[in-house]
Amino acid sequence: MTAYLVARLLALIPVMAVVVTVVFFIVHLIPGDPVSVMLGPDATTTQVEDTRKALGLDRPIHEQLLKFYGRILRGDLGRSYFLDRPVTTALWERAEPTIVLTLLSLFVAVAIGVPSGIIAAAYPRSVWDRVLMLGALLGVCIPGFWLSLNFIYLFSVRLGWLPVAGYASFFVDPVAALRYMVLPATSLGFNQSALIARISRSCMLDVLQQDYVRTARAKGLSERIVVYVHAFRNALVPVVAVIGITMTILIGGAVVTEIVFNIPGLGRLIISAILRRDYPVVQGVVLVTATSYVLINLTIDMLYALIDPRIRYH
Amino acid sequence: MRLLRNRNVVIGASLFLILLLAAVFADGLATYAPTRLYPANRLQPPSAQHYLGTDEFGRDIYSLVLHGARTSLRIGGLTMLFTSMGGIVIGLVAGYYRRLDAVIMRVMDGLMAFPAILLAIALMAARGPGEGNVIFALSVVYIPRTAILIRSTVLSIRELDYIQAAHAIGQRDLAVAFRHILPNCAAPILVQATFIFAYAVLAEAILGFLGVGVPPYVPSWGNVIASGKNVIREAFWVSLFPGIILTLAGLSLNLLGDGLRDTLDPRLRVQG
Repeated sequence: MTAYLVARLLALIPVMAVVVTVVFFIVHLIPGDPVSVMLGPDATTTQVEDTRKALGLDRPIHEQLLKFYGRILRGDLGRSYFLDRPVTTALWERAEPTIVLTLLSLFVAVAIGVPSGIIAAAYPRSVWDRVLMLGALLGVCIPGFWLSLNFIYLFSVRLGWLPVAGYASFFVDPVAALRYMVLPATSLGFNQSALIARISRSCMLDVLQQDYVRTARAKGLSERIVVYVHAFRNALVPVVAVIGITMTILIGGAVVTEIVFNIPGLGRLIISAILRRDYPVVQGVVLVTATSYVLINLTIDMLYALIDPRIRYH
Repeated sequence: MRLLRNRNVVIGASLFLILLLAAVFADGLATYAPTRLYPANRLQPPSAQHYLGTDEFGRDIYSLVLHGARTSLRIGGLTMLFTSMGGIVIGLVAGYYRRLDAVIMRVMDGLMAFPAILLAIALMAARGPGEGNVIFALSVVYIPRTAILIRSTVLSIRELDYIQAAHAIGQRDLAVAFRHILPNCAAPILVQATFIFAYAVLAEAILGFLGVGVPPYVPSWGNVIASGKNVIREAFWVSLFPGIILTLAGLSLNLLGDGLRDTLDPRLRVQG
């Protein structure tokens, strides 16, 4: 297990190097002179030159890139001009809502997706199977941000059950926090539940065709026990891997959902940073989400290796 | 034709064809100019004059949705084209030249570490709003996914006897790659391209909705839904109808993709 962990950690180095390089080049994709674009049309020539020096943009590009690696390794993501504080501080302040939203959506996605997939597979080609898989197909196609708007109209504007938008911290007021989070987490999680349902179904169908399941049936166990006890546990193994993919899609989706529901997380941070041309913040959000993607996948791989020892000897 | 016997292909393709025709003939089908503002008619509910109502500037939603189809399908189609071309070249090179493979795949892994929509947002942040930039950003996001698929298909084909035979009669690497390997990747490429089209249409709408896609004055489904967000209390129809069409576009392409996969590439078929 340790050897596997070390190998996986070493494999992260080139991936992170590419990630940091891409983040570095975001600023260099700005058409024309990035500094003039950042400072806007009112900036004087001296201001432009000073900022260029301060950002190190007057140096050759390979030198800038090396410096950027060095800064990132020291945990320095630069300074936000608009918010007047280090980017790391700004990210830290905005991380909580995004993490809460992502985790709650993941819970919704798994809570809807896994049972739907298992039921559909347990009774293949039944009415249940068809209805659930049609729902899953729609779930893949309905745009999450549009679903959110419809939820707001139905549950907040018409029925008045839940607040239209906003955010409260779970550490301050858990009840209000939950009320604010019901609609965002449901609309974000629903999309992903469709993917999980499709995959749980096909994994379950695979498992149900295996010999040990036939043995279980042959020795007279009820279908219920065969499906929910014997087959279920093995069908879940690939589903764990999908949860990793789901988490990363949810992080991206959370950005959009935060805009709809006015949640002060990383998504709103990056969008307002774009409007203010606050590029260090844009780079910071992108870098942090990509890093969390890499770490989540590492964790999932480790879990996977724990559940299924064959993977370690691959 | 085996394809025409697949229900998903027939439904998906017909639905998509309708949307495509609506986009092509948007000028004739639209009842108003999509960009002209009629402030006196703002937020009218659906009626005989305005089939799907009007938005906060009095623009006709029906006409906006028709012209938005042009923007969305053009961006989706071109993204699909560039993604496929880029993915084919990178995938063939990686699958064929084993020395380059490790380097190329690490770069692709790195690009895939970004949540798709966030990388697109960051690229749009740098390049600024505009249709060309949306196509560029989405192609960068989706090329690695296609490249990895092509590479794995190439790897499974390259050891087959007929490829060895082609080498044996003295054909050059490039000729073998393009003449003998590429045609056998056609089915997975086509299936993947259909799904990329679906993702791109959705992603374009998301970028428009966030205000970092095509400029706000260009009719696009995402832009109309975004303007509906501000008036959701008074006028649900502004965001409702473009969203339904967007869902149908996604549905048609997903059905088509599922059907093509089942028909052309039974190995990839999800059981059941």
